[in-house]
Amino acid sequence: MSNSKDLPKNIRLALPKGRLLPATADLFNELALGFESFSNKTRRYRLHSVRFPRLSAKIFQEKDIPVQVAIGNYDLGICGFDWIEELLARYPASALIKISSLNYGEGNIYVTASSQSGISDIPGLQDKKDNWSIVSEYPNLAEAFALNLRLKVFSIFPIWGAAEVYPPEDADLAVLWGKNEKVITSRGLICLQELMPANAFLIANQGSLENKDLSQILACFGSKLVSKAQTSVPKELKTQVRAATPYYSTRAKEIKLALPDGHQQAPTSQFLKRAGIDLEGYAEDQLDRRPLINLDWAEVKVIRPQDMPLQVANGNFDLAITGEDWLRNHLYRFPSSPVTKLLDLGFGMVRIVAAVSHDMPVANVDELRVLVQSGRLTPIRVASEYVNIADKYLRDNRISPYKLIPTWGASEAFVPEDADLLIDNAQTGKTLTLHKLKSIDVLFESTACLIGNKGSLDSPDKRGKIDFLIRKLRAAL
Amino acid sequence: MENQTCKGMRDLLPDDMLRFRHIEDKFRTCCLKWGYQEVKTPTLEYIHLFTSTGTLTPGMLGKVYSFLDWNGWSGERVVLRPDGTIPIARLYINNLAEQEIARLSYITNIFSFDETGRENRERWQCGVEFLGSAEAAADAEIILLAREVMHNLGFDKLGLRLSHAGLVKALVKELGLSPGEETKMVSRLLDGDWQALTAVKSAKPEIDKLLSSLLDLKGKSSGFLHNAKALSLQASQDIKSNLDDFITIATLLDSLGCNYEIDIKAITGFEYYTGTCFQLSLGGETVGSGGRYNDLIPLMGGRNVPACGFALYVDPLMNLLPLRSAEGDEPKVLVKAEDVTPEAIELCFSLAKSLRDAGYTTLFDFASQGKFDYCWSIVVPKKKSSPFTITNRKQGKQRRVVSITEILDVIERQS
Repeated sequence: MSNSKDLPKNIRLALPKGRLLPATADLFNELALGFESFSNKTRRYRLHSVRFPRLSAKIFQEKDIPVQVAIGNYDLGICGFDWIEELLARYPASALIKISSLNYGEGNIYVTASSQSGISDIPGLQDKKDNWSIVSEYPNLAEAFALNLRLKVFSIFPIWGAAEVYPPEDADLAVLWGKNEKVITSRGLICLQELMPANAFLIANQGSLENKDLSQILACFGSKLVSKAQTSVPKELKTQVRAATPYYSTRAKEIKLALPDGHQQAPTSQFLKRAGIDLEGYAEDQLDRRPLINLDWAEVKVIRPQDMPLQVANGNFDLAITGEDWLRNHLYRFPSSPVTKLLDLGFGMVRIVAAVSHDMPVANVDELRVLVQSGRLTPIRVASEYVNIADKYLRDNRISPYKLIPTWGASEAFVPEDADLLIDNAQTGKTLTLHKLKSIDVLFESTACLIGNKGSLDSPDKRGKIDFLIRKLRAAL
Repeated sequence: MENQTCKGMRDLLPDDMLRFRHIEDKFRTCCLKWGYQEVKTPTLEYIHLFTSTGTLTPGMLGKVYSFLDWNGWSGERVVLRPDGTIPIARLYINNLAEQEIARLSYITNIFSFDETGRENRERWQCGVEFLGSAEAAADAEIILLAREVMHNLGFDKLGLRLSHAGLVKALVKELGLSPGEETKMVSRLLDGDWQALTAVKSAKPEIDKLLSSLLDLKGKSSGFLHNAKALSLQASQDIKSNLDDFITIATLLDSLGCNYEIDIKAITGFEYYTGTCFQLSLGGETVGSGGRYNDLIPLMGGRNVPACGFALYVDPLMNLLPLRSAEGDEPKVLVKAEDVTPEAIELCFSLAKSLRDAGYTTLFDFASQGKFDYCWSIVVPKKKSSPFTITNRKQGKQRRVVSITEILDVIERQS
């Protein structure tokens, strides 16, 4: 972050990856801001304008954008209205100005329940049982919803994704993004409330808007700005249609197993096949979040590997296949958690590394400590998806003072402008090289592993079945 | 990087602590005399203690310091105590519920986020809770106790404003709002937005009249409430019975010679109040508040125990207190060594022990550094056989004495 008054005032834009990227690229071509290489297929994180030499842009996970703009690393940003409200729900004093809605980005944030849970409307929530569990990628919005509704006792489980698969067994409610009510309904959920639209929104840092001349850039947006003020008044939905037939069985099976989506899906499905475990709906190119397994006492859900240790700890699942990295990230935060590693599965190896920019004159962590102590890098800014691993690493290595920046992926884009050190996974090191980074330390090697809940292992009924499964998996190693 | 306090947090320096302890001491002494026993609750509580009663407004709950405990995988969040009364109610239900009457007092810090960062986010309160009595005399007792504490602190121009939560809620009920709107209206009023009431017109002109007279006028005696009652014959039974309750307490205060002002707006923040509420002020600044909360303990799963209480706000009171010197101004003695040898230092320590045992504050000045506040200074000789030099700072008189007994004698005679 440069706050020197003598420097020419560069203007920095934060732009979204993912669902809003194609439409944002189209918009920018239309606005002729001069980002020539910006397109749907763009794989670069940094863009420079040929029309406005002072203008540059960086691509982030959408969720990171309001934070980056609020703390002043970026003057302007584009992201979904949902992520702006997620930040403001917890930090209303953020230095963030909502400039205008942009005319793209579909969907809404809904409060949903399973169509089989017997919950059909909001008053139903207030009346019935008093410990509601709510999963969401939007924990702050979920909490604000629960407080405003005056739910008496509730637990919020922040998750990385796949919220739709949690109700009814593993959560009462899910607060999630959906294209529309129809799509939500088709997933076996009902919408109880529409919290807000998730359309693209132009935001600005308050200080930038007060002190910097952004007019040239804002003028380019001109006609694209929507004059109507956007508010987020929650809409209560009356659900009349109830799913007639369940499309999955809710008969509780004895062993609940969680399998990973994303990068780990293909190797996991291959491994399970080798172990003689057949899954219908879980293969390299196929994803049913509730696949069928050829063991009549087990049921399977596919969720994000990041969420598994916590979901096993709270008893929603007996077993899960995740990465050692996420298990450690959980156990460093919750040392007395009842989650334990049962079997190393050997595949999906990544190294968890500490990396810095090529230009930083340090070769190892000891030199980094000296650099930070010298006061030339104070405090050191550390970006990581693995907040607890990074925290422990910095403490153990006596790197101080530091600021930890939690990220939601694409962490390598943070260095060097927005972070000095990165704690991230690296398969081959190619990504690091591509982003002009170098590894200065390997924290540990992480492979896929089977984790389990200690309480499940203590149950005689479950123990035999878990042992059977471990034997099968071990045979495939 | 500078080592700053967290935003909204502050250090209490020696001068602050003199004021702080002074307030604490006066409060505690007074409470003990009135039969209130002191308790302390933990700093951390489960968040559902505060959400489950539905008695803190969502606005207040949105400002708690909450985080995951070490067993946070269960989704359970804990909070830094955001309120003094609810934890005391929990303490009572868990430990003292068999007592018919419990008079409890506490001195505690409460934590609440303030957006601006200019206000303290950690604030101190001295409070009492009187559990088990529904009598108007109990309301009067805590009001008089609060007045006595303030009197003992030297604050005699205390403002007392009275309101009635039951009456406010009964009035809002008459506005013909939906249950959802009604809850929101009460929340707005408790957050101090009384304008909200003027925007809504009741279907009954009588209610409007009663409302506007309560909003605009400030009564000085129970007569005002009698008048209001006489003007609202058509009002609901709920309004009437709450007015009667209010009148009983106001009449009692009249007969006790306790001056007050009736101001319907003198309620803030807490939805758990059910009856008479009051605010204490000094020169326009609110320095304490309290009231009756008969539903809180049953709402929290306890027996049907009526209760009332108040809290004094230590932070504004500290600012209003004049700077004080240390309590019990016994003469301070400064002990110096002529030469810093082990022998001399040993003698310094044994001399100091005798002085402290005799009740004198004694401090050392080994290196002749810094400024000290003292009445007597004693120079300990290099050799045990040599005499001590004792100086009375005020009189500038110096003399030589040979033993510790003689030193004690000199100080006692001259102080």
